[in-house]
Amino acid sequence: MPMAEVTKIPIIKLHDNLIVSIQVDLSDRVVLQLKDDITNTILHTGAGGLVIDVSGIDLMDSFITRAISDIGKVARLMGVETVVAGLNPMISMTLVEMGMEFEGVQAALSLESALELLASSRSRRGLLSSLDEEQEQGTDRIRTGRLED
Amino acid sequence: MASIQVGSTDHGTCQVVPVAKEQDIIIARNAGRELCRRIGFGPTEQVKVATAISELARNIVLYAGRGTIELRVLDGPDKGIEIIARDDGPGIEDLERVFAGVRRSRRGMGLGLIGTKRLMDRFNIVSKPGSGTTVTIAKRLR
Repeated sequence: MPMAEVTKIPIIKLHDNLIVSIQVDLSDRVVLQLKDDITNTILHTGAGGLVIDVSGIDLMDSFITRAISDIGKVARLMGVETVVAGLNPMISMTLVEMGMEFEGVQAALSLESALELLASSRSRRGLLSSLDEEQEQGTDRIRTGRLED
Repeated sequence: MASIQVGSTDHGTCQVVPVAKEQDIIIARNAGRELCRRIGFGPTEQVKVATAISELARNIVLYAGRGTIELRVLDGPDKGIEIIARDDGPGIEDLERVFAGVRRSRRGMGLGLIGTKRLMDRFNIVSKPGSGTTVTIAKRLR
């Protein structure tokens, strides 16, 4: 199978999310480039979620697992949640047997469910922050009430 | 692939894949996966063996610069595949600590070797600082 050397992985913005589809074996250089590109894109787009689609990968060793996990950790520090989508069952079983863990990322079966996962966690967060606001207003009212007394 | 030498031993077919750059990692693991398929390993087992080869080949590229991955078919009662990764690199200091999970290199070699051991039925590593590393792994056909 002839393979042209890939030097850059495209990052697609869709609504509030970034989507990265990895179809090839990542080299050291491509991983570094991808980390830079993702952090820059998060910064410039203000994206809230990141999906890394790995359905095109037929094998994941410790190097690529760690690379994806690192990207997830960096994204999290920028307030962005990462979901890995499309891990095939054979790779999942291999990773479990090896004792490898995807720290810093969530997983979803498909790109579609990854986007749903991000949307639901965002609305949950939205709900929580509006609850916080209500609570704050509530305390204000009580305080006001006390002052009136 | 012209760069892969194919030979024959008492045990059956044997291939030697030279490993020196990242692209060779893919060539080595694809050759291993194909050999597994031919012997009769199922798809998940093929991925496990190919992943183990990927770990060993990656270590060669990252730490030794160059080396070889030898793939051989094991016949007899323990039918399966044996893989020998050889290099003349700097060798690994403190192997015990690597396998105890204490020592981890910046790129995570410890995790890769421990994972490889878990994936295989047989795992043997010989390494001394200054005289290279040879890792022999095997998986039986069930």
